[in-house]
Amino acid sequence: MSLSTDDTPASGGTRTVEIDSHTINFGPQHPAAHGVLRLILEMQGEVVERADPHIGLLHRGTEKLIEHKTYLQALPYFDRLDYVAPMAQEHCFALAVEKLLGIEAPIRAQYIRVLFAEISRILNHILNITTYALDVGATTPSLWGFEQREVLLEFYDATSGSHYHANYFRAGGVAKDLPAGLTDRIAAWAEQFPKFVDDIERLLTGNRIFKQRTVDIGIMTAEEAMEWGFSGPCIRASGCAWDLRRSQPYDVYEQMDFEIPVGSHGDCYERYLVRIAEMRESLKIIKQCLAQMPGGPIKVQDSKIAPPKRAEMKRSMEALIHHFKLYSEGYHVPAGSTYTAVEAPKGEFGVYLVADGTNRPYRCKIRAPGFAHLQAMEKLSKGHMLADAVSVIGSLDIVFGEIDR
Amino acid sequence: MDAFLASPIGILALTVAQTLALLVPLLIAVAYLTYAERKVMAAMQMRKGPNMVGPFGLLQPFADALKMLLKETIIPSGANRALFILGPMLTLILALIAWAVIPVNDGWAIADINVGVLYLLAISSLGVYGIVIAGWASNSKYAFLGALRSAAQMVSYEVSMGLVIVTVLLCVGSLNLSEIVRAQSTVWFAIPLFPMFVIFFVSTLAETNRPPFDLAEGESELVAGFMVEYSSMTYALFFLGEYANMILMSAMTTILFLGGWLPPMDIAPFNWVPGPIWFILKICLCLFTFIWVRATFPRYRYDQLMRLGWKVFLPFSLVWLVLTAFVLKLTGWLPA
Repeated sequence: MSLSTDDTPASGGTRTVEIDSHTINFGPQHPAAHGVLRLILEMQGEVVERADPHIGLLHRGTEKLIEHKTYLQALPYFDRLDYVAPMAQEHCFALAVEKLLGIEAPIRAQYIRVLFAEISRILNHILNITTYALDVGATTPSLWGFEQREVLLEFYDATSGSHYHANYFRAGGVAKDLPAGLTDRIAAWAEQFPKFVDDIERLLTGNRIFKQRTVDIGIMTAEEAMEWGFSGPCIRASGCAWDLRRSQPYDVYEQMDFEIPVGSHGDCYERYLVRIAEMRESLKIIKQCLAQMPGGPIKVQDSKIAPPKRAEMKRSMEALIHHFKLYSEGYHVPAGSTYTAVEAPKGEFGVYLVADGTNRPYRCKIRAPGFAHLQAMEKLSKGHMLADAVSVIGSLDIVFGEIDR
Repeated sequence: MDAFLASPIGILALTVAQTLALLVPLLIAVAYLTYAERKVMAAMQMRKGPNMVGPFGLLQPFADALKMLLKETIIPSGANRALFILGPMLTLILALIAWAVIPVNDGWAIADINVGVLYLLAISSLGVYGIVIAGWASNSKYAFLGALRSAAQMVSYEVSMGLVIVTVLLCVGSLNLSEIVRAQSTVWFAIPLFPMFVIFFVSTLAETNRPPFDLAEGESELVAGFMVEYSSMTYALFFLGEYANMILMSAMTTILFLGGWLPPMDIAPFNWVPGPIWFILKICLCLFTFIWVRATFPRYRYDQLMRLGWKVFLPFSLVWLVLTAFVLKLTGWLPA
């Protein structure tokens, strides 16, 4: 609250007092900044007049690093973008490389990838909804939610050997088959999950304080949402039934039966409702995947791209050479370029990949949905109060791994 | 002995002894309230809570206190040093001196004065000074916003709280806290004045800056609000003050609406239990509700909180006050 006084007796000895808006430095070490967001808020009292997001505090140069890695080595970087739902990003890169190579993953691999993409979606939405509730002051949902997340991360662990940075999807399939018994564990989890969603809804959906804090806050109409480059739950809450899983299906999404939940108003509350509904839809897809998943190979049967079986390497000289070449030089991708996008939990996650015929990408541009959402921060929070700016950040579902890259 | 107690030194010694007899259990209760809060919330959130220090984590409050004492007190360079230290001290002192008039049992009050209710109102109104001073002296924007919020909040809720208390006073005909309890020997005021009881309880939540009204320290907006710059013992004093205030407000609720030290019914098993035990049990019930609310509800926004205070609670308690006055007058129940 800067108060500038002018003591010079210019106008008949009167004192000119000029009070202007004050600036608050919100973050980067702020509990509601969702990582390292730094917001410069110009405030008039408690009302936000200008919100200026400053990004780049988690910039790791992912895109540049990928230019110096083989296609296989580039994949783990995608786990570290939106670290809340790692496999969804891997999915995008794997599809992009497959498109350039002109191959398609075997059907079982496609089912496994869709299964884990949906598990990632639920992972993401649990974290978002519960931390969003934490931002508006409800502490309990986050502690309930993390128990469910832990179970899901154990499925990650069972397949890939890692809780978060799975590095599991490959161009041409997945790294290895599901361990025995995992599908039963996932099915058992799927049975109890709706009750958890009901519990969370009982705490939040009808809660009057929660509604007062989120209804009519940060409204985005459908046209505006398109202009600002929104995607995912954020644009669906505004009333656009835009979902890449439906409009340009990849892997086996075409055979899946699921609804696209759509809002009408585009406020913080509807963004929350859309995510809750999406969790239930994802559960449907998971159940379908488990029911329909066929047997068969889990990666393309082309030794120039996918490594040979270990047993084969003991017998065949050729297999040993393939293994050595794949893990040292890596496979070569024919020259060309592609923009491939998937429906990541946060929205359209795209990779623009340029290959020059070598074993490394020439350029890898990443389109992160959170980046487009964050730029609307000022539009959404202008004229609202400080506490509403916090709700808006929560409802946009911002993770800095993918925004700063 | 009687001669000694009548002498000035005797009176002083007696007062000191009484004060200690009240304050020591009170401070221990504050320590264990923090423990109870963590344990109760943990149970509601499906976790364990403190369980490492001592059996069932029972020594945790003392471990925390020791840690606080050993930390360095940091005073920001831009802060007003004297006021910065004064703020937390004021908060704790005000939370403690209010206990002077609280009757724990029939005749068990350090000062059984006839304006007990007014004294309590005065002390709890002063409580806002500790926060405003702290917020201003910190010379930080977050702390300042927190202090502003807190000042507005406490003033608005005091108004409806005052009207609720006046309603009770109408039914009792005295401002003496012991008299108020004795007037409830037939029925607790929580039953005939139920809406007032609810308003009073919600106002105490706002008065103590507890969730869902913890805007002054709103973790996700103002980080820690008025105490964002505090550390070590200065922070611990705020913490102690907040929890002592919670117990104080629960005690007020108990005295005004839940029949103080009186048993629920004046029949066999109930009236064997001594009065102070009932008093403590009722306070515990209120405190449990404080914690329960914290684990359940999101936080109000600043303007919504003001709207609730001025546009809902104030008109409602005013109407109910007038209604109560009419009923008392027409039925002839108005105490002389």
